[in-house]
Amino acid sequence: MKTLDELKILRESARQRMSMRSVKDGFRIQIGMGTCGIAAGARPIMNAFYEEIAAHGLSNVTIVQVGCMGNCALEPMVEIIDSHGKSHTYVSLKVSMVKEIVDMHLIQNQPIRKYILADRKEL
Amino acid sequence: MFERMQLLICGGTGCLSSHAMKIKEMFIETLKTMHLEDEVGIVMTGCFGLCERGPIIIVYPDETFYANVSMNDVKDICEEHILKGRPVKRLFVRNEKDRQQIAKFTQLDFYAKQKRIALRNCGQINPLDIDEYIAKSGYEALGQILSNNSPEEVIDTMIKSGLRGRGGGGFPTGLKWQFASRERGDQKYVICNADEGDPGAFMDRAILEGDPHSVLEAMAICGYAIGSTQGYIYVRAEYPVAVERLEHAIEQARAYNLLGKHIFNSDFSFDIDIRLGAGAFVCGEETALIRSIEGDRGMPKLKPPFPAVKGLWGKSTNVNNVETLANIPVIFLKGSDWFRSIGTEKSPGTKVFALGGKIKHTGLVEIPMGTTLREVIFDIGGGIPNKRQFKAVQTGGPSGGCITSEHLQTPIEFETLTALGSMMGSGGMIVMDEDNCMVDVARFYLDFTVDESCGKCTPCREGTRQMLDILNRICDGQGTLKDLDTLESLGQMIKKTSLCGLGQTAPNPVLSTLKHFREEYMAHVTNHVCPAGVCANLTNFHIDESCIGCTKCSKNCPVDAISGSPKQLHVIDSELCIRCGACKKACPVGAITSQPRIKELNHEQTS
Repeated sequence: MKTLDELKILRESARQRMSMRSVKDGFRIQIGMGTCGIAAGARPIMNAFYEEIAAHGLSNVTIVQVGCMGNCALEPMVEIIDSHGKSHTYVSLKVSMVKEIVDMHLIQNQPIRKYILADRKEL
Repeated sequence: MFERMQLLICGGTGCLSSHAMKIKEMFIETLKTMHLEDEVGIVMTGCFGLCERGPIIIVYPDETFYANVSMNDVKDICEEHILKGRPVKRLFVRNEKDRQQIAKFTQLDFYAKQKRIALRNCGQINPLDIDEYIAKSGYEALGQILSNNSPEEVIDTMIKSGLRGRGGGGFPTGLKWQFASRERGDQKYVICNADEGDPGAFMDRAILEGDPHSVLEAMAICGYAIGSTQGYIYVRAEYPVAVERLEHAIEQARAYNLLGKHIFNSDFSFDIDIRLGAGAFVCGEETALIRSIEGDRGMPKLKPPFPAVKGLWGKSTNVNNVETLANIPVIFLKGSDWFRSIGTEKSPGTKVFALGGKIKHTGLVEIPMGTTLREVIFDIGGGIPNKRQFKAVQTGGPSGGCITSEHLQTPIEFETLTALGSMMGSGGMIVMDEDNCMVDVARFYLDFTVDESCGKCTPCREGTRQMLDILNRICDGQGTLKDLDTLESLGQMIKKTSLCGLGQTAPNPVLSTLKHFREEYMAHVTNHVCPAGVCANLTNFHIDESCIGCTKCSKNCPVDAISGSPKQLHVIDSELCIRCGACKKACPVGAITSQPRIKELNHEQTS
């Protein structure tokens, strides 16, 4: 290490690896990972969220796993809570829908109503 | 693959001694069998502070705080929390006040009133990974200083910050640096005093184990300020984990050229070596420490000349304590005004205390100066366990004195504690309750200083021994009233005539207990009773009429000396009693006390 700039580059890359440990105030994504959720494929959904969020470099998003969310028939389910505490629950998720949700909901702050539990029409 | 979860396992000496290392290995193994090893990061950090509840694990991103984790819990945490996202509630801790179970460590009362500057990275980063220290803006202060500031500006900032030596003396660090910088000479030295010897104090160990790079960075800054190229860390060999992590940290810093020649492409070169001490208390005194590094017996010498003028191998030397150094990089990153805004006018910043003794949350706490003793003991420390009453708190270890309940509102500062007849010291805080005999406490500390006196001056070598003999006599029931006067005059004499801090402060525990708890000494001498029931020869347990006959005392008695049927007054057979005090601890109504024998005879006659 020869310069202060080199140190700062190293600092940023190290911070990225540790970002999880800082307290965040933005979105909180809760993924239902009960037995029902895992069986319905919550794990690939969760990984997709991680990949999308890393790809967009979003730093204010916390992803946590929670237990069964109750509506097992509609798993995989994900609850997204914004910084004001407003919550939206997405149900019957597929990996392809994750990219859309990240783009619209997390970046443009526009929840995708058609995927949300309260607003979706019965199939 | 991105890590979706990180497990921070406490790797302080406290938690390591309760199998934290094995727990870590079990996590790695269990995660491997579950094919989760790439998703979950496992980091061993320094001390979290709440040592009493160790081993401690914090799970991110949820910030879940698990306490008293055993090897049997690893499987549950993996299967329930990591796989299914259901935190293991039985490992949660409760807050003392409302007994509320809490999930996140940020909700803990223990941390609410703390402000962590010296301990900022302890429990947050992996001490074996320099990158994690750099992520926390590590070595940035050094880099900025080397590129932008002159040594004079560095010393100026230190003086303005008002940082005072955290080893106990409280001398302004900036002035110390200024003295050393004004000396001329081809070679100067920076020494980190890590010879932490107070019984019950372990804040320096926690910093060295949890954040060794902050000490290295501060030493380099000091080297630049005073014009030194070589530093030594004098650490006791009894701290193997700290020594190992320091060695590792020095290697890493050298590899990044943050130690060595031409640091940050400047003309400044600095290197650090470790010197191990054999664990003599007197080597915490700077002149004795310097002798010890030179290879001689650790014995203090007369000051002046101060080490800044004539120190290690006759060269100008600056000695700072570990905790003092750990504060320094932050002061340069955030500015001296920021540091002054914390704490009080005369004592800016924070102080780390090692809470111990009769307190619920044994561990390390860092509080802004000016916080009251009550807040530290009752709000952060959780108060006294087993419904006992607070009696006194000993600060400053064997050099300090005890502070009683009437002074609990005192804000903690260097001056206020000295005014109470105690001292800040390195930061040991031992809490005592009604079951502690103050004569016995004074004897314990004096016994320590008698052992640790280097023997150079007669008052300290012989005087403390004489005082200890008297205390032993009092505890055995052979004391006289004249002994109390002799203790006082001996104590004053030793304070006045000893060469170094060890002797000058050694009588403090005796003098302060004599001042605040004279009635307890009197009870030992005149009534031949130890009211706390500690000194075996003077203990005579007696059950009074408030006994509710719950039978707890007789169940806990190891020699079946207590008789009585349920809901009846119980009686202790003093012939059989071995004075262990188990009955006193077990009694829910406080009916068992140590009474003078004569009184008991009277009691029998009247009844």
